[in-house]
This record gives sequence, C-alpha cells and structure tokens, in this order.
Amino acid sequence: MIEIKDLHKSYKMGSNSLHVLKGINFKAEAGELVAIMGSSGSGKSTLLNILGMLDEADSGEYTLDGVPIKNLNETKAAKYRNKFLGFIFQSFNLINYKSALENVALPLYYQRIPRKERLAKSMKYLEMVGLKEWSHHLPNELSGGQKQRVAIARAMVGEPKVLLADELTGALDSTTSYEVMDLIQKINDQGNTILVVTHENDIAHMCKRIIHLKDGVIEKDEKVKQVRASQYV
Amino acid sequence: MFDIERWQEIFDTIRKNKLRTFLTGLSVASGIFILVILLGFGQGMQNGIAQEFEEDASNRIVVWTQVTTKEYKGLNPGRTIQMRNENYDHIETRFNDQLKDRSAMFRVRDAMVNYKKESVGYSVQGINAGFQFVENQYISEGRYINYQDHKNGAKVAVISNTIKKEIFKNGISPLNEYLDISGIQFKVIGVYGDMGGEREEERIFIPMSTAQRVFNGADRVNNLYYTLQPVENFDQAVAESTKFSNDMKQYLQEVHTVAPDDTSAINVFNTLEEVKRFFTLIGGIKLFFWFVGICTIIAGVVGVSNIMLIVVKERTREIGVRKALGAKPWSIVGMILHESIFVTAISGFAGLIFSMGLLEIFGPYIEVDYIVNPTVNFNVAITTVFILIFAGAVAGFFPAWRAANIHVIDALRDE
Repeated sequence: MIEIKDLHKSYKMGSNSLHVLKGINFKAEAGELVAIMGSSGSGKSTLLNILGMLDEADSGEYTLDGVPIKNLNETKAAKYRNKFLGFIFQSFNLINYKSALENVALPLYYQRIPRKERLAKSMKYLEMVGLKEWSHHLPNELSGGQKQRVAIARAMVGEPKVLLADELTGALDSTTSYEVMDLIQKINDQGNTILVVTHENDIAHMCKRIIHLKDGVIEKDEKVKQVRASQYV
Repeated sequence: MFDIERWQEIFDTIRKNKLRTFLTGLSVASGIFILVILLGFGQGMQNGIAQEFEEDASNRIVVWTQVTTKEYKGLNPGRTIQMRNENYDHIETRFNDQLKDRSAMFRVRDAMVNYKKESVGYSVQGINAGFQFVENQYISEGRYINYQDHKNGAKVAVISNTIKKEIFKNGISPLNEYLDISGIQFKVIGVYGDMGGEREEERIFIPMSTAQRVFNGADRVNNLYYTLQPVENFDQAVAESTKFSNDMKQYLQEVHTVAPDDTSAINVFNTLEEVKRFFTLIGGIKLFFWFVGICTIIAGVVGVSNIMLIVVKERTREIGVRKALGAKPWSIVGMILHESIFVTAISGFAGLIFSMGLLEIFGPYIEVDYIVNPTVNFNVAITTVFILIFAGAVAGFFPAWRAANIHVIDALRDE
C-alpha cells in the first residue's frame, strides 16, 4: 500500500541545513496498523507530513497504492489527499462553527457529493463512532474523546486508502485514549491501513508493528503482539 | 457562482459569524450612504441656486448710478451721476439687435398712496412695458402697463397680488378702482405677481413718462433694466452679456465724464456673471463633495480589506483543515471572495436603497435656503456600489490567496 525508498528531507535554518530524514525505507501492506515511534526531533512528524502530502521530500520515492507521488502542485496534492488519505490530528482540528455532522461531511463536500447524500453518509459514520445522538452539537459542546471520535469519523468518511494519525491520543487522558484506540483497532479489523505516530509506548503496542525512528533513520522495525485496547475499557 | 453547494457553505459561514458579517456590511453600507447623501446635497445646492435665479430673467442686466470717487478731466470726485432719458434712448438704438426686453425706471420719492380712507406704504416706480419680462412678473388680472400708456402719459397703475390682498379686502375687484398717489388719481388697470415671492411684490408701477411728468422727474432716470436675446450655449451668453455690459458702461462713462476706472459711479449688475460665479462655486462644492465621498469609499474599502485580513487570519487554521481534507487553493480563494463579495454587495445595495429612499422621501420637504430637493443620479450611485464591490474583492483577494497557499502544517500549528 505504502512504499518509501531512500527518503531524504532537510530544512534550511538560516545558513545551516538541518537534515531531518536521512534515507528512510519501509513498506506497509494493506490492512496494517503501524506505529511510528520516536522522541521529539526524530523526524516522525516530518515523515508523516511527507506521507500525508503536506510536505515534499527532497529526494527518494514514495508510492501510494501504486501511484507514484511526485512533482505535486497544490491542486494535485489536494486531490490526492482527498482521495487517498484521512487525517487525525492531536488537536482534533474540527471547525468550531460547524456541527459534528457538518464537520464529518466536509471531505465529501470537496468530493462534490450532493448535500443530502453527504449528510446521510456522514450520519452513518458518526453512528459507527457512537456519536449519532451528538450529531448536531458544536465541537465545544463535546468532550475531548468525543471530538477525537468525530475527527476519526471525518477521516473515515471519504473512504481513504490510508488513515494517518498524528499523536491522536496526545490530548486525551489514558481511559479516553484506550477508548479511541479501541475504535482505531476496530477500524483496522475491517481491513483499513492505519499509520499512527506516537511517543507513548502503550499506544504503540496496541498496533501490530512498530517502527522506531531515531535521528532521521529507522532504528528498529518490529512486528509486535497486539494489545487489545478493549480490555482496558 | 451558481454552485448551490457553495452558496449553502457560504450561508452557513455567514449565519455562524454574524458579528463579522455585520461589521463588514456596516462599513460598506455607511460608505455608500455618506456618498449618496453628499452627492444628493451637492445636487440640492445646485437646484437651490438655480431656483434663486429663476426669480428674475436669468440674463438680466441692471444699471444704477452713484457718486464719483475719482477726479477726472479736471472734475472733482463726489459728483452725483444722473442718467437721462437720452441715455436710455441711445442704448436702445445702439444695441437694438442684442436687446430683448428693456425698461428705464424712475423712483417716485416719498409717494403717499391712499385708497379711499386708507393709507398704505408702498414704493411707486415709473417703468416701461419691458419691465414685466425683466422682472419675471406675471399678470393675475387686467393688463400690464404698455407703450400706449407711456406715450400718452396715462394715469394708470399696476398693483401686486400682495397689495391687492391688503387693500381690497372683501373680494372687490381692484380693476378700474382709483388709487390716490400723492394727491393724483391713478386708475388700477392690472394686478401682477412676481416669481420672487412677496418681497418682490411691494411696488406699485406707473408708466415712465407719467412718473417723470407728474412727480417732477424731468428726464431723470434712476435705473436701467435689460435682458438680452437668448443664445445657444451658456458660455456664449455670458460672453455676450459681459461685452454688452462693458460697452454700455463705457458709453455711460464717456457721456457723464467718469473715469474709466471709477468702480463706484456707474454700476452694472449682470445676473449671468453672477450665475456663472455661483455655478463655479457649486462646481467647487460638488467637487469637494465628490472628494469627501471618494475618501469615504476608500475608507470603506480599507475597512473591508482590514476585515478580510482579520477574517483570513482568524480562519487560517480552518483553511489548513480544509486543505488537509482536500480543498484546492482556488476553492479556498473562491470561498473567501464569494463570501466577501456577497456581503459587500448586499450591504452596498442596502446602503444605496436606504440613502436614496431617505432622499426620495425627505428630500422634497427640505426647506433651507440654497438647498432644494436633493437628489442623486441613480447611475452614479449604482456605479459606486459596483466599484466598491470590485475594490472589496481586489482587497480581499490578496489575503485570501496568501492564506490558500500557506503550508497546511503551518496553518494547523497556527493558534
């Protein structure tokens, strides 16, 4: 599903150049649940941004679902993001003046799906994350866990190839974190490919594979025995 | 533009950001409002001035004399200059082609006017038939003084509507009644009205020759009145009447041995020159109003672009989210511009309709000197609205474009 070969990325900081990614190679198959771990400054966010087409690599190859991702202009990147990717952020990034349902429906708006169909489909996904009763509430009327579940529904609604989650439990307490991870595991069970960036060990161990990043290179890439989050809920 | 989904999205945004929308709208609407009101009053002043001059024939020229102030050809200053019948006749013959209406005027001094037992205080003036047209008077009853009256020295008088109201109280027709003017009976032959209103209706007119003969006037003339033949355009009319004034003045100065640079002895009042001065003044005032109006509009545009900047800043994170979810840069720009154009247009037209409505409803009731019925040219007003919308769009485009091209990561980090 995802294939990365010899990926390099450096940032210019004044006269210095900061080499963040120093040749990353990895492959993720469809249906995998991969955790990318590392301390801050290890390059995990940069990697995720490149995977999410929010940033471009200096060199290296990136293939997503058989499509080579290169020479993207903004418009093309936007199209690919909409078609291939679902984002889940640490700070939820819901639009605060739109209800939960409208937030979920937003990716479908950019897929030019008619309003009625859009709302019906969004409702289905809200139901999946268990928030059907909350569909007409604004984000600030929801708890952190509920917000993240709305964000997950929003990431899912466009039926993307890959879900990219950036510290998705970073702003949540541990009980809520496990609830959210339980949801992620269930989505993964249905065959969706998910990449989770985290620095929390317990969250990483709820995935099926952990990639350890250190100083811009992959230090360790291991399959782990998945810890089911449901036992903590 | 006709994308129903886009409209729904925009209405959503507007509905949920009422204050922002209101502020944008207010700055636009007030800009248009102020401009329209200012332009309206500019026009109102022009109407007012035009009305002031409607009272008399607008190309009216009046001559009167005072004492000399300069020594000339051995003559002392301080001489009283007195015009004579021969002056009037000479001008009439010499400028006959140019003149339309003409009249001399002799003021009867200390006239005592009585009707039966009643004494009234009005001035009495001897005039020629042309005086009616010079002063823009109309006839309500009977007839005006004519050439025949003048030639025969007829003892007839014309009174005004105001005088009629005061003297002939119980609806008696004043025609063929007799007024006693300083002991001599004058038959009333007509009643006149003056466009200039009551203050112009305080005079009783008798034939010129009668006034001079009966009231010891010899061949003395106080004032001369002329109007000129109409010509096609205003500038030409001004030029001709100025030339006529100067020629006439020169002639009078020669005849009465007055220094050519003596500004006091012979006075010529030329309405057209006055009108021209007023129109230049109004032109200046209107220009100033335009200037103020345009500054207001510029302030409005700056206001709109300020608000657009804030809007874009405030929505940076939202724009980042939208882009992460697959919004293309142009759809972001389109969304922001669409909203701003919509708000500007609605509030611009609201300001336009409100201000024009105000002028339409209250304009005709405005009764201030020199301001009559302020109106504004609809085309001008609507063009201004479109300019404002366009300027708002241009002003909104750059922040929107910048926002649409921010990196998503940066946008999402924005707090």
